[in-house]
Amino acid sequence: METNTEKQEYTITVYTENQVGLLNRIAIIFSRRKINVESLNTSPSEIAGIHRFTIVVMESRDVVLKVVRQIEKQVEVLKAYFNTNDEIVWQELALYKVLSEEITEKVKVERLLREYGARAVAIRKDFIVFETTGHREETNKLMKALEPFGLVEFVRSARVAIIKESSGFHEKLKDFEQREPSEDVIENEYLGKREAVFTM
Amino acid sequence: MATKKLTGAQAVLEACIAEGAETIFGYPGGAIMPIYDALYDYNDKLKHILVRHEQGGIHAGQGYARTSGKVGVVFATSGPGATNLVTGLADAMIDSTPLVCITGQVFAHLLGTDAFQETDIINITMPVTKWNYQITDATEIPGILAKAFYLARSGRPGPVLIDISKNAQIQSFDYEGYTPCNHIRSYRPKPVIRKNYIDEAVDLINNAKKPLVIFGQGVILGKAEKEFKKFIEKSGMPAAWTILGLSALPTNHPQNVGMLGMHGNYGPNVLTNECDVLIAVGMRFDDRVTGRLDKYAKQAKVIHLDIDPSEIDKNVKATVGVWGDCKETLPLLTLGIQEKDRSDWLKVFAEYTQKEYDQCIKDEVYPSSKEMTMGEVIRIVNETTKGDAVMVTDVGQHQMVTCRYAKFNESRSNVTSGGLGTMGFALPAAIGAKFGAPDRTVIGVIGDGGIQMTIQELGTIMQTGVDVKIMILNNQFLGMVRQWQELFNEKRYSFVDIQSPNYVMVAKAYGIEGAKVEDRKDLVKAIETMLAHKGSYLLEVMVGKENNVFPMVPQGCSVSEIRLK
Repeated sequence: METNTEKQEYTITVYTENQVGLLNRIAIIFSRRKINVESLNTSPSEIAGIHRFTIVVMESRDVVLKVVRQIEKQVEVLKAYFNTNDEIVWQELALYKVLSEEITEKVKVERLLREYGARAVAIRKDFIVFETTGHREETNKLMKALEPFGLVEFVRSARVAIIKESSGFHEKLKDFEQREPSEDVIENEYLGKREAVFTM
Repeated sequence: MATKKLTGAQAVLEACIAEGAETIFGYPGGAIMPIYDALYDYNDKLKHILVRHEQGGIHAGQGYARTSGKVGVVFATSGPGATNLVTGLADAMIDSTPLVCITGQVFAHLLGTDAFQETDIINITMPVTKWNYQITDATEIPGILAKAFYLARSGRPGPVLIDISKNAQIQSFDYEGYTPCNHIRSYRPKPVIRKNYIDEAVDLINNAKKPLVIFGQGVILGKAEKEFKKFIEKSGMPAAWTILGLSALPTNHPQNVGMLGMHGNYGPNVLTNECDVLIAVGMRFDDRVTGRLDKYAKQAKVIHLDIDPSEIDKNVKATVGVWGDCKETLPLLTLGIQEKDRSDWLKVFAEYTQKEYDQCIKDEVYPSSKEMTMGEVIRIVNETTKGDAVMVTDVGQHQMVTCRYAKFNESRSNVTSGGLGTMGFALPAAIGAKFGAPDRTVIGVIGDGGIQMTIQELGTIMQTGVDVKIMILNNQFLGMVRQWQELFNEKRYSFVDIQSPNYVMVAKAYGIEGAKVEDRKDLVKAIETMLAHKGSYLLEVMVGKENNVFPMVPQGCSVSEIRLK
């Protein structure tokens, strides 16, 4: 039984204006409360001119709810959602650099690629770069597999996530938390009509 | 409208005029010189008050905003000028005071080079502003300032800081006039009101046997004093206030049952834990109000009215959250609730009031001791002003005593640093309060600690001739900390013994009349003289050194564990 005070992974999706300094304003909300951000990604969204932050934290529902409301309070934030892992589809991308000599001698590379769903994105005389996408456990597996063969570099991207139940930001989520007052669609009329309203 | 050439600096001043911000508190410096140069020609339209320190300037802006209901405007230069604003910004942020602060910044091409008086004020002030923005191109000025004023005053008000690089102030551009802002698509000043919450809240109130209304500054900020009065009067509910809610409801209103929180009144604190429905209006359940949270109003159903959705369920879980501007939600509730006579329930409060009066208040306002008390000083002020003065307080014992005992007839009469507890607030805030309410008597009640933090603002009083009454309640201690050291640290008085200069002489040096009272027999006369005096006046009253403020909810205790002694 999931409780409101039990910590688990939450993915926070924030739709914002594209504005200098906003990343810092959002980061401050976490750091002020000593909440560690596990992963953070900013990217364009489905609507031109609107940015999308994807933030992963390990926290209780109570804390996440309050944090999300603080995020929504920021002037340039249009909307923030938070979801548990079963409510989203998510991926992370990882890159692995290994020495060609080492890996080709000791491993059957093609088998490695098949087994871990990896791709070789760069093959050079001196090194090879593999790439996988998937959940943390999956990208970790290949890291573990490559470690014995001298993994030279490893890097993993932030999580990007799609909310299963979301019909996109064009129509705001309807089944959002019932007491959430911001379900009003008034400002939705202005989305995508940037020039028609007051802008910076 | 035909365009004309303006400099960025002129556009800033045009914006202030268009927004009705005719009074500006500020201090010049290198990076804001173009704005001050432009100000030279705007003297007939804008009144600039030269303060003695930027912190004084921003507190004055806060005092102005609190009494006038308008946006306070503050000018400061870059670097130290800007960083001196930080305390005031934090204060205004936590107390929801509308401010627009304009800071100068180094030339845009020098940003990030550690130029003279360069500081990253945007990032420094990010957590203590509702919004901030750096302008490096003059063409942005009209739009950004319109946005700044709109954000400062709309929704839950707060401070906005606009940093303008020197080149943008100097730059000439085609000015197309000023258009006020009334919409920002990513900003929702107030949530939409939903009928189902109103209905649920009305049901709870109608079925309540012992409802208690607790109200905060939201009532004042929402200009909803009338709506609030109608709401409580229709169903006869007792109403208690937070320190910032004070004066929204006249002191003598029969349903005004007093102050909440750590040094609040006995009845409202104890009965918070006995009411069946707690109706919180425009307040945020600060820890100084709630005491120990897990023992706070656990028996009660909670209705929470707030314009800021992030306040609902933040500290106290609401049974019904009524999102919205209370100016709009209160009349909807009033419409639905039944007229009720709750005199039996009000009688319970009266019994507690009597008990508190006998054990606590009586000796504070009519002391039997030889030493004067802060409570009797405030009682005499009440008797002299009849509750018509604006009371500006600093932070500490005198603040608690003033808020407990001062009488108020009208709203926007209590100006104090509530959330942040900023010592040094009162003197500059009183100056601003007087500019914001020039027809009213403004009394700054200040301790001997706080006055010494911003005493330089006596210079502002001297130069502007503003009529502010300064009342120093001197107990020769940092009294509130001393009280805690007495009660919780076995009287280990660690650095609370503070010496004072001769305040009357200091005042005289600034050309301000003053007097000192050490004997009770002179007190009434001295207060009358102060209030009758034309122009500013400083009155120092020597009060008991080791008096304590009671009742008190000790930290970590429940509101029902309030101590009378």
